[in-house]
Parts: sequence; structure tokens; C-alpha cells
Amino acid sequence: MHVVHSRGDKVFRGIVSAGALTSLILLGLIGAFLLARGIEVFNTSGFKFLTGSNWVAGSEDGVIPNDFSIGPMIVGTAIVSLIAMLFAVPMSMAGALYLEFYAPQNVRRVLVALLDLAAAIPSLIFGLWGVQVFTSFGERWAYFLSDRLGWFPLFSTISDNFGRSPFVAGCVLASLVVPITTSVAREVYSRTPRELVDTCFALGGTKWGAIRTVVIPFGKSGVVGGAMLGLGRALGETIAVYLLLNINFRYTFKILESEGGNVASLIATKFGEATPDEIKALVAAGFVLFILTLTVNMVASAIVTRSTKGAPA
Amino acid sequence: MSMQATPSRPWEKEKIVRRNSGLTLLLGALIAYVIVLFTGFAGPDGWAVVLFALAATFTFFRNRRLSVKERKDSRARLLIAAASVIAFAPWISIFISVLFKGVKGLRPNFVVSDMRTTTPDDFLNMGGAAHAIVGSLLMVLIATVITLPLGILSGLYITEVRGRFSGVVRVVIQSMSGVPSIVAGLFIYTTFVDATGTFSALAGALALGILMLPTVARTSEEVLKLVPDDLRSAGYALGARQWRSTLIVVLPTVRSGLITAGLLGVARVIGETAPLLATALSNTSFVFNPVSGPIGSLPMYIFGMLQIGTENSINRAWTGALILLIVVFGLFSLARYVAGKDKR
Repeated sequence: MHVVHSRGDKVFRGIVSAGALTSLILLGLIGAFLLARGIEVFNTSGFKFLTGSNWVAGSEDGVIPNDFSIGPMIVGTAIVSLIAMLFAVPMSMAGALYLEFYAPQNVRRVLVALLDLAAAIPSLIFGLWGVQVFTSFGERWAYFLSDRLGWFPLFSTISDNFGRSPFVAGCVLASLVVPITTSVAREVYSRTPRELVDTCFALGGTKWGAIRTVVIPFGKSGVVGGAMLGLGRALGETIAVYLLLNINFRYTFKILESEGGNVASLIATKFGEATPDEIKALVAAGFVLFILTLTVNMVASAIVTRSTKGAPA
Repeated sequence: MSMQATPSRPWEKEKIVRRNSGLTLLLGALIAYVIVLFTGFAGPDGWAVVLFALAATFTFFRNRRLSVKERKDSRARLLIAAASVIAFAPWISIFISVLFKGVKGLRPNFVVSDMRTTTPDDFLNMGGAAHAIVGSLLMVLIATVITLPLGILSGLYITEVRGRFSGVVRVVIQSMSGVPSIVAGLFIYTTFVDATGTFSALAGALALGILMLPTVARTSEEVLKLVPDDLRSAGYALGARQWRSTLIVVLPTVRSGLITAGLLGVARVIGETAPLLATALSNTSFVFNPVSGPIGSLPMYIFGMLQIGTENSINRAWTGALILLIVVFGLFSLARYVAGKDKR
């Protein structure tokens, strides 16, 4: 639509553009700042920053050199998020299917309302619940796992302390992710064309038959997108992991041992008494984390948009 | 999300069938409870495992009469029901534990006094989180004052002005919504806190603003997009210039939508802890000056009390969590109520 702009319009457009560009610059500045620091650290320590397992702040006189790398934290982030997704994805699919196809009307209405609220619970409260309520359960299950499956390297333990382990933290992250993925999955499943489901019943199919052949394939990309959204949240989670995990700078794949960490909680632990060089390294770590979550989020929103908009009606 | 007439669901069971299966479940639960009492299984998780085993056995025996297809169906039902119990249990447990553990410390003094003369382990009838509530409100208020206009202007830029940078603005805002909260805090810490030399409410508000802006801008844009072009054209047809048409037609049309954008933004950040750790820190008494130094906030209060780890301090943390949850849910319900008004 073509409009001729008066002077008033020019002022108006100027103000709006200025506002929009301010947000653009503010947000762009953060990105640029993180990027600059990231490049700086990569220039000095190269790819060792991503793979090494030392975090040593050098002394001011340079006798002890700086040595910063976040390898164990990246592995820790991956382990904790992986455990979370391993639990969260099947559970949320089942939860969404239950809400859409099995739950009685009134139960369904209550649970859906609660589910929306659950997605808004601050992660601090998940952390509080994890430490105070869940840990006793998690410890028991961890003990059970190491007792029965201890011969498997992943479940072997050295100490008899099962709290504050990646397993427990991963379980709490899973419960943090479930409300998000479940509500996306439910949304997608509810868009399944009714004719298709009815056709299944008309052909003498069972409910599970309809779900397996129509509902799940129909909602696949939406569920993947929802899972990615949840993964984005799990990767960047700070406070819950900080409360639930002993941060330790060592590569470890023993998920029941009480040590581990992730990049976000590393930043929260270290920035307080950090040297200026250390702060730079922390910002670079933040940059790595940002790129990670950014990629995951972008893929997720692309998938979700495609699956909710381009759906055959 | 307005109320709609619910369509009929042909796959739903009749009432009598449902009542019978409910009774069976209840019976199973009781038997499972008795088994738990007399065996090594313990706690609600042990009980759930026993109940699942019972249900599996029951299904197996009943299934012998059925065809293969029906057997698969009933197996799937059992698995889906069990898995969704696991999916729903954590957050229902959170609601319940926050409610019951939080209520213990919920006394008048909790919302009127601060912790200046009270140690965390003192009795629950002393001290409170009023300073933290005030601090949270102050920071969120500043963050809203900064980000709400910026967010709405960004939305207007994309939908009304349709300027050259619309695409860039949208992409940058979209990607900044993925900034991990601790990274936003770290950014303000290395710039603003470093420059001013002190933690402060303003620093906290800026960090919260970074996290809030994408939410506000995206919601505003989406709301503004819903305004039909006919309305804009009608404005022009009446002789209004674009600025008048926007001010008296477009913006009033979506007023409640824009309020929703603000409320969602506030709800998004009010429970954030990690960025405040690096920017506002905490305090035990009231602070009203946004630049004077560390200031308390509800999340940092909960966090601090949990870290102290004595019996009464943990009780205080739960009460803080209860208040925080009430605030967040209140904001969401308000946002939904306001958004619902638009539709009519």
C-alpha cells in the first residue's frame, strides 16, 4: 500500500525507527561483544579452549600462565542435556497422547490448564524441588542402577555417594523440559485431521492403531521441534544445575558419580572472584553456549513453524 | 483461547466402562499398597512400580481372550498411562510441595519485614522477605519501563513502518531470545557493573531487560500483525496520516494485546536468578535507591536461604517460592484474561 507521508508522518516514522534500531543495536551489541571476546580467546588458545580440561587463572606477574579451557563442561552440558532429553521426549509424547486421546474430559481440562502453568515455573523452583524433594528419590534409583548395572562403565561408581550426580541433575532437567515439550506435542497432536482418525476407526482400527498410523506420523516434526525447544532450555540452564551438581574440572562419563558440570553453571561459579583474563574466558564460554542454544533454537522454531503452518488441513 | 463447544469424541468410553476401570485401578492401588507394606519396596516410587507390575499382569491375563490387534491396543494404553504418570508426577509434586512447605512460613511478618535483624535460622515469626519482594518489583519495574516502549516500537517498525531493516530487526530479536540468562548477567557484569563499580538494582534491571525485550517485541509484533489492513485503510480513507491512523486506530485496537506482551515479559523474567547473581546480588534490608548498591530480590532470597541450608532457612526458601509462584501464575492468568478480552 502506497501512502504519501506528511511531515508528521516523517517524525512518527523517525521515532519508531529510532526505537527499533535502539533495540537492534542493544541486542546486536551483546552479540558483537560476545563474539569479540570469543575471537580473542580463540586467537590465544585456539581450539584447545574447547577440548582442554584445565581452568587455571594465571598469577598477575605471569609466573603461572593462564590456562582456560572448557572441555569437561561441554561434555557435562551434553551428558546432562542428553539424560534430560532421553527421559523427557518419550514421557512428553505419552503425556500428550494421554491428554489428547485417553484422558476423560474433566481430567483433561484440569491437567491442560496446570500444564500451561507448569511451563512457566521458574527454574529456580525446579532447583529447590530437586534439592529438597527429588534428590532422595534420585539417590535411591541411582543406587539401584549402580547395584544392578554397575558392570556397565556408564553406571559404575567409585564412591558411595549418589546425590549431586549428572543422573539426578538430568532427571530434574527432564522434569523442567517436560511441560514445554508436552504442551507443544499436545498442540500438534490436537491438529491431527479428524477425518483421518475417524477413518481409522471406521476401518475397524483400534485407538492405538489410529495413533500409530496417523497421529504420531502427523505430529512427528512438531514433536521434534518441541523437543529442540526443550533442549535449548536444558542446554542454557544455570541455576538448577548449579544447585544440583558438584562442578568438577575433569572429563567424566560416570553419570552416577557426584561430579560434573555444565557451561552455564561454570560461569555462575567462577565469575565472582575471577581475574580480568578469566572474565574474558568466561565470556568466551558464554559465547560458545550462546551459539549452541542459538543453533538449537533456530532449528526448533523453523521446524515448529513448518509443522504448524504447512499442515494439510 | 476462548471457550469452544467441545466436539464429540467417538473414541471416548462410556461412563459405566470408565467407572468399572476406575474401581479396578483403585483396587489395584490398594493391593499395591499392602504389598509395599510387607516387602522391600518403599515410598511412592516403589508403590508405583508395584502398581505397574500388577496392572501389567492383569492386562496380560485379560488379554488372552482378545485378538492380536486388541492386545496391542491395551498394551499401548497401559504404557501410555504409565509414562504420562511419570511425565506429570514431577510438576504436580512441585505444585504440592511448594504449597504445603511454603504455607508453613506464610505469616504476616513474611510480607512486611526484612532480614536486617533476623538470622535465617530464627523462628519463622521473625523476619521476612518484604525487602526481596520490593527489590524484585523495583527491578522489574525499571526493566519494564525500558523494554516495553522499545519492544512496542520494534513491533511497530516491522508492521507499520516496514522499514529497510525489518528483516534484520526480526532475526536479531528472534535470536536474542535464546541468550542464556547467565550470559545476559555476565554481559552487564563486565560492562555496567565494572563501569559503575558496584552491584545495583539498575544493573539487575538491565540484565532482566535483555531477557525481556525479545519476548515483548515478538509478542507486540504478533499482536500488531493481527490488525486487519482494512482498519488501516479506513483510517487513511478518513483523511488520517499514518501517524494518526497508527495512534488512534491501530494501537487502541491492540491495547490489551500490548498489555499482554508486557505481562508475559514480566512473567518471563521475575523468577530469573542467574542474571541477578551477577548484577544485583542480594541484601538483607530494604533498598529503594536503584544505583546505591546490592539489592535483594525474591529469587536471590530463595537461592540464598536454600544455600544456608538450616531447617528454618529452608522453610523460608519454600515460602519465598510460594510467593514467587503465586506472582508468576497471577501474571499469566492476568495476561490470559486481558488477551481474552480482545477477542470479543
